[in-house]
Amino acid sequence: MNYLEHIGKYFIMLKQVFKRPQKWSVFKDMLFREIEDLGLKSLGIITFISFFVGGVVAIQTALNVDSPFIPKYLIGFATKRSMILEFAPTFMSIILAGKVGSYISSSIGTMRVTEQIDALDVMGINSLNYLVLPKIIAALFFYPLLILLAMFLGIIGGYFAGILTGLFFSEDYIYGIQLDFNSYYIKYAVIKTLVFAFVIATIPAYHGYYVKGGSLEVGRASTQAVVWTSVVIILLNYFLTQMLLG
Amino acid sequence: MIEVKDLYKEFDGTPVLKGISTTFEKGKTSMIIGQSGSGKTIFIKCLLGLHTHDKGSIIFDGRDYADLNDKQHRQLRQEMGMVFQGGALYDSLTVEENVMFPLKMFTNNPFEEMLDRVNTVLKRVNLENVNDKFPAELSGGMQKRVAIARAIVMNPKYLFCDEPNSGLDPNTATVIDNLIQEITKEYQMITIINSHDMNSVMEIGEKIVFLKNGVKAWEGTNKEIFKTENEAIVDFVYSSNLFKKVRAVYLNETK
Repeated sequence: MNYLEHIGKYFIMLKQVFKRPQKWSVFKDMLFREIEDLGLKSLGIITFISFFVGGVVAIQTALNVDSPFIPKYLIGFATKRSMILEFAPTFMSIILAGKVGSYISSSIGTMRVTEQIDALDVMGINSLNYLVLPKIIAALFFYPLLILLAMFLGIIGGYFAGILTGLFFSEDYIYGIQLDFNSYYIKYAVIKTLVFAFVIATIPAYHGYYVKGGSLEVGRASTQAVVWTSVVIILLNYFLTQMLLG
Repeated sequence: MIEVKDLYKEFDGTPVLKGISTTFEKGKTSMIIGQSGSGKTIFIKCLLGLHTHDKGSIIFDGRDYADLNDKQHRQLRQEMGMVFQGGALYDSLTVEENVMFPLKMFTNNPFEEMLDRVNTVLKRVNLENVNDKFPAELSGGMQKRVAIARAIVMNPKYLFCDEPNSGLDPNTATVIDNLIQEITKEYQMITIINSHDMNSVMEIGEKIVFLKNGVKAWEGTNKEIFKTENEAIVDFVYSSNLFKKVRAVYLNETK
């Protein structure tokens, strides 16, 4: 199957996904379950990675700013900008594509090969709507919060890195993170995150839903899902940055 | 009654079902048998509406599947129960949640009423004290019984079973066969079973449809299958020496 056919099939899938849920009470239960599975269970990894990424960005910047003519507060400024503009929205989305994307693809794929999706279809349930829509809503709702948390923790991570290594003073760092604050950059990051959240929920769902075969194929679909989700995120990141900041 | 008239289905130009006509009656267990690749799974999937047929018609109590709109299709599907080969129970749900799922989806009954119904059908399939267990914690036979309970919880008019005995020991397989036949009579359902298991065919096959290369090669009852001279079905059913001897003994005794 060529790429165009996949893209067409993906959009046909979305048409089925965006229909009115058959039973709102069941949809609500599913939504809360997905918020827990896709969102709350990702809190740990996002907290851990963003804190240390912030620390590394601050250390790298400090080590590369050794000229006495460059003020030290630029370390805090650069860490803040890096975290808000790229590391939190894009880097964390790639991490989520790996963690959540493989989960979505393998769970739906397993349901496909064990006939659980057929069981839904036989009952007259729109299986795509039932399985995928709650994931999309959960991701759109929760991932911006995760990314905002990642920004905050990254900047805090940079602060602690400075204190522990002694590469810069905390006063300089705090002055740097307060310098030239532009709230539009937060909006830009949230807009990007919303787009990435949609991609993270739908591309792995596509790969899982249309898998054929057995457990080996589910594994392959899961890998493919992570690869394609990451590729699409990187491409969209380029276009969104050009559109929103260019 | 389900009437199948001249059913035809092809994939990429290759015909899989070539004009099958038959009927399935209320209160009887009907069996579809045939070699692998004979088209029986596609036949069942066409009846379930998981595949659309290319020609012919499938009429459920006067309702031609092809003439129904989406809403009517959904209504018809709610009258169907299906027992899948592997059970197809939802891994993340407990036994109780699995069986309750169709009720939650299609009724507005209070929880207590739904729970009562769930317990009734679980008791009917001889399962008790398993409500809080997950499918992975159950044996193969118990999973099949949960699948049967889920299939009948909505009081379906039509019950479809795909290889309900696969992977079960002979004793458990007989228990499942008898259970399916009992509930078919009790609920007055039209039950259609896709099976390879000749014991089941002989035991509960009140109507047997034998498919060969996408064509209906023979049709009859489990009593008639002993006497038939149809070479295709004789070769298929009596392929083992044991069954050949059983048939010879039966024919001698009934001379």
